[in-house]
Amino acid sequence: MLRFLLVRFTLIFITLAVVSLAIFGVTEVLPGDVAEAILGKSRTPGALETLREQMGLDRPAWQRYVEWIFGVLQGDLGNSLVQDRPVTEILGSRLQNSLVLAITAFLISVPSAILVGVWAGVKQGSNADHTVSVISLVAISLPEFVTGFILIVVFSSTLNWLPSSSLVMPGASPLDRPIILIMPIATMTAVLFGYIMRMTRANVIEALNTNYVRTAILKGLPRWQVIWKHAVPNAMLPTISVISINVGWMLGGLIIVESVFAYPGLGLSLINAVNRRDLPMLQAISLLIAATYAISNLFADLAYAWLNPRIRISS
Amino acid sequence: MIEKATTTRPSSVRIKDIFKPFANAFRTPAGRIGLPLVILHVLLAVFGSYLAPYSPTDFSDATYVRPFTDAAEGTIPHILGTDQFGRDVFSRLLSGARSIILISAIGSILGVALGTAIGMSSGYLGGKSDEIIMRVADGLMSFPSLLLALLVLSVSDSLVWLDGVSSVFATGKESILVIGTMAIVHAPRVARVLRSATLTIKTQEYVDSARLRGESAYYIIFKEILPNALPVLAVEGSVRFSYAILLASSLGFLGLGVEPPSPDWGAMISDSRSILTRAPWVPLAPAAAVASLVVGVNLLTEGIRDAQKLPTELPE
Repeated sequence: MLRFLLVRFTLIFITLAVVSLAIFGVTEVLPGDVAEAILGKSRTPGALETLREQMGLDRPAWQRYVEWIFGVLQGDLGNSLVQDRPVTEILGSRLQNSLVLAITAFLISVPSAILVGVWAGVKQGSNADHTVSVISLVAISLPEFVTGFILIVVFSSTLNWLPSSSLVMPGASPLDRPIILIMPIATMTAVLFGYIMRMTRANVIEALNTNYVRTAILKGLPRWQVIWKHAVPNAMLPTISVISINVGWMLGGLIIVESVFAYPGLGLSLINAVNRRDLPMLQAISLLIAATYAISNLFADLAYAWLNPRIRISS
Repeated sequence: MIEKATTTRPSSVRIKDIFKPFANAFRTPAGRIGLPLVILHVLLAVFGSYLAPYSPTDFSDATYVRPFTDAAEGTIPHILGTDQFGRDVFSRLLSGARSIILISAIGSILGVALGTAIGMSSGYLGGKSDEIIMRVADGLMSFPSLLLALLVLSVSDSLVWLDGVSSVFATGKESILVIGTMAIVHAPRVARVLRSATLTIKTQEYVDSARLRGESAYYIIFKEILPNALPVLAVEGSVRFSYAILLASSLGFLGLGVEPPSPDWGAMISDSRSILTRAPWVPLAPAAAVASLVVGVNLLTEGIRDAQKLPTELPE
């Protein structure tokens, strides 16, 4: 188990190194002249010069990369080019807003998806199962912006029940007006629910067809015990992988959902940074997203190992 | 020396074999809905611009026409209505089909081809190189695809060398970057799946006998293993296509896809934001289009899987 932990922790550092290199490579090496890339078509020679000086572009790329990484390790993500403030200062509240959205969606979708998945798996082939399967297929097929817009058309434009955008005043918390969170959370929940429910269902069906479940049934155990003590724990292992993969999806989904509802989180900041070519901002948010993803994968691996006796005991 | 007389096996991949998993999928309930839906979309992408009754980009005085209303004498009715500029929604929908389907198809085909080549060689050869390749694939996979696309597109203006490429293919830089991103994000995921399929097929007797006959690794990978991995490959292709559509339409929605005013389903939806109360049909048409396309592709995937009795794979 200790060896397993060591290997996983080493791997996460390698992954983060690769990811940071990729981010830096795409944003600062690929374009050739970074200052020209940032200023775009509206550049003047003077502005180019100022920006080059400001960003220290006269130094070689590897040197800038090393400085960037050392800064990141000390909690310094650089200054935003647009707002001329430290990126960390801007992103603090944005990160909180995104977390409110992501965590709530996660806490709603995961337990409900597992419950419905087990239920549909146990009732395999019934009308209820078919209905749930079709609904979840549609849920995972709709891009988040489509789900979001349908919700807006129905609940905002037509019924006038909910506000169509989820603006939060600077300095305020989205929790002050929870009503603005309903549609973004519902949008995020739809896809998460669909994926996790489908995977749980498939795994439960597979577990119900195994010999140990047949043995449990034949020795006369009550049905709930067969399902919850024999089938479900085994079906949970692959489901954990799906959940961790979905954290990655969720981070991508945040970008879309936040722009649909104009919700001031990391995703919206990312889109703004892309549109305004705010390079330090772009790098910081990308790194934050990739790191969150890598760490959630680590947690999934640990949970998997902890729940799986074959890994827990053998290594 | 051993005679190579027995090596002329009918096992190389023919065009017919590639379509077989799709034909088999048609015999399952999911495939029977999915395949026609996908074919319908592809046909609309190919012929749609010839069927469009109006120009997709020209403004007109007939603004905010409701869907299914009778047209004025002597004109073609606006079946799906018009938007705030009087553009025919149906015509925009038809001409938007081509870019999204073409970009997604090319992107996923490239990704599947790249991933298949990498995954099969890595799995067949094994050893240290296999381990390194799979580690790199893991690293690449920890990058959400939308994020990578956004990073690449944010520097698109300064990629001067792309100007040549985009003029050769007569398309915008953005489309080429999106296709490239799709290939890069899909390849490691496809490689993983094909690698594990290869590891299973590798232990079969016909692979052993080919090895004993003295066939090259190249021959064994492409003539012995590939034909038997086709069902897995078909599922992968279908799955990748659906993710590619989601990515392409999301980028369009974020305003980073094809250049306006050429119609794009995602952009049509985001542009309708200000007229939602007055003309909710404008976003609903492209929303239904993209939804039915992805539902169709996902049903097709399920059909291929059911027909081949393959297990449900993990999502992206």
